[in-house]
Amino acid sequence: MSDQVLSIDPEKCTGCKQCELACSWIQTGAFQPSKSVIRVHVFDEQASFAPYACFQCDEAWCMQACPVNAIDVDGQTGAKIVLDDVCVGCKLCVIACPFGTIFYDKQADAATKCDLCAGDPACAHACPTGAIEFSSVDPGEWVVDFGVAVNDAYVRAIEGEGS
Amino acid sequence: MADLKGWTGNILRVNLSAGSVVKEPLNEEWARQYVGGRGVAARYLSEEVDPEVDPLAPENSLIFATGPLTGTNASCGSRYMVVTKGPLTGAMTTSNSGGMWAPELKFAGYDMIIFEGKSERPVYLWILDDEVELRPAEHLWGKGVFDTEDLLKRETGVPDCRVAAIGPAGENQVLFAAIVNEKFRAAGRSGVGAVMGSKNLKAIAVRGTGAVEVDDPVAMMRAQWAMKQDLTEAPLTSEGLPAYGTLALMNVINEHGALPTNNYQLAQFENAEKISGEELAETRLATNKACFACTIACGRVSRISDEGVGRYAVTTSARNWKHATEGPEYENAWSLGADCGIDDFDAILKSNTLCNDYGMDPISLGATIAAAMELYEKGTISEEQTGLPLGFGNADALVALTEQTAFRRGFGDEIAEGSKRMGEKFGDPDVFMGVKGQEFPAYDPRAIQGMGLGYATSNRGACHLRAYTVSAEIVGIPEPVDPRATEGKAELAIAFQNISTAVDATGLCIFLTFGTSIESIRPILTAATGAAMSDADLVTAGERIWNLERLWNNRAGLTSADDTLPKRMLNEPIPAGPAQGEVNKLGEMLPEYYRARGWSEDGRPLDAKLAELGII
Repeated sequence: MSDQVLSIDPEKCTGCKQCELACSWIQTGAFQPSKSVIRVHVFDEQASFAPYACFQCDEAWCMQACPVNAIDVDGQTGAKIVLDDVCVGCKLCVIACPFGTIFYDKQADAATKCDLCAGDPACAHACPTGAIEFSSVDPGEWVVDFGVAVNDAYVRAIEGEGS
Repeated sequence: MADLKGWTGNILRVNLSAGSVVKEPLNEEWARQYVGGRGVAARYLSEEVDPEVDPLAPENSLIFATGPLTGTNASCGSRYMVVTKGPLTGAMTTSNSGGMWAPELKFAGYDMIIFEGKSERPVYLWILDDEVELRPAEHLWGKGVFDTEDLLKRETGVPDCRVAAIGPAGENQVLFAAIVNEKFRAAGRSGVGAVMGSKNLKAIAVRGTGAVEVDDPVAMMRAQWAMKQDLTEAPLTSEGLPAYGTLALMNVINEHGALPTNNYQLAQFENAEKISGEELAETRLATNKACFACTIACGRVSRISDEGVGRYAVTTSARNWKHATEGPEYENAWSLGADCGIDDFDAILKSNTLCNDYGMDPISLGATIAAAMELYEKGTISEEQTGLPLGFGNADALVALTEQTAFRRGFGDEIAEGSKRMGEKFGDPDVFMGVKGQEFPAYDPRAIQGMGLGYATSNRGACHLRAYTVSAEIVGIPEPVDPRATEGKAELAIAFQNISTAVDATGLCIFLTFGTSIESIRPILTAATGAAMSDADLVTAGERIWNLERLWNNRAGLTSADDTLPKRMLNEPIPAGPAQGEVNKLGEMLPEYYRARGWSEDGRPLDAKLAELGII
């Protein structure tokens, strides 16, 4: 299985949304940012722009939450993928995802998320500043720490201890 | 409109007098002939609006027009053009803006909006895909652009919506009021905001979730890839503009002795470095920022310096960074800075931010204040009239007058009329530095001959975006041309006018031409629309639009007598600097320009030319 991941550097992002255009184009052949599963968030206060997409969590809560096993792992890329013909559109995955990176598509009545374009993500190609790259990177200690912290907070929250 | 892609095929016709909104099909024949945006809107305006109409009367229409490439992934496909009869100029005006608003309109399913008539009460237009309605805006009237946007996002419950609005300047019909979207992107010039204000239209808030479809998605992607490559390789679009924004020009133009200072009395500003792009990048730049689909990202997010915070604090909204703002562009730093003899960057940033919030064109504002400063220093007007000392270099007066002008308070009521009318009122019309009632931007046409011709013949009054011959004469793009020579300048200005008009019409940003060419843009356009077209056809479409605008202006009463420059530019040599002794030799260039355009000696498009272009 590939060890490549979407590596996002918000410092380099200018907020142009070429990634959203490329993502929607791959899915529909047209330009429709509302269908994009990578999205650029603008933080006015920090004067910063942050593209965000599915982290492809090892322990994917969307997958665990799904009552009909409609979320599977792509053997090649490790991406968590939605099986359209199995998904019933219940949105439990959308609720479960701590990062807000799996979406409900009203028209299709199904969940939709980043599938890493089968190993060649269009958003990384489209990004003009190198803020999005698809590469093998050492996630670094902070990502692990961050993941653990988020996980702990979530566990505390559902156990009713507050966060 | 099944045959022509890129377009949504729908326009909205909003009659503000009747309170009605009608969805109608876009005229496909016009879309083919006039490409889009500026062109198609000009065609609608010439069909529907009497050229002799009072610009601020209900009979004038206000058109917001996108192009076929707006909302696609074509680099810099973010633009819309506001087309109307401009109150500052009495000519057809075409005022362009980027950001995210125009693509959102396309995603909602509309190519254009035509506003007719006048609402009895303040209203705003709400668009959420198929849901389109006029809503009361009494509670927004009097509010600035920043508050209006924040309030609309809250009250519509759709925080992703994009808002284009006027501020107090538009409401008070300041003749150079602007229409501002996303707080810092503006259809800035010629007073389009005053027309919006005259119609009691406060804002247009739009959210679209639909798609922009193109004819050949694969060809589109390939052509865009090739153009993106051009932009990555060209120094200006890959390094200069992202690093320094348009402000990169401050030092360059000053070194050429073409930086108008103290209302064009001088052509170099001794403190230009203090208000340059390099200074901004070093001391105040938070980040650069892109418009939709832009691969250049020339926008500036800037801080007020620590010393400046006390005097010129800026708060753009409750949510926004306390002392951060956007801009300034080169033209604005020049008009509010060098042209007024002001080197206080914090004051310029403050005034520029107020212009965004109040919805005013900083070029005309700064230039009119500069003209008032000249009148003041000459003794034509006194402190009794102005209410404050108005010598060149007075930064506090700049900030105070910015505020007064938007609300037409005190001497601001005179500034609000623009420098032509103000000069005439105080008996010194020669203090007006501009063409057709609109103030010059930041290039002295005595030092750059082609710009003089470009200013004089611009359909919307003095403007740097209609024929940016600076590109060739100073920067050397596409190839270097001697700025002092007059020979060949008619052809140069015409080439720039036609190409710029064509690029405007596609819905792309004119800054593309610093890094790519019509040869790269045209394949994207044809892939998007599916309408066969050669590179030459696209340039000819630019020429067609230019002639149509000119024809309408002639009918509005403008003649060759309006294609002129102020006496100072024609008769008073530049006193010092590299271009010392130069005047603009418009008389040597203009007859040749008319000939090369296929116009009569008095500047009217001849029937043969109009027939050739398919206008008649």
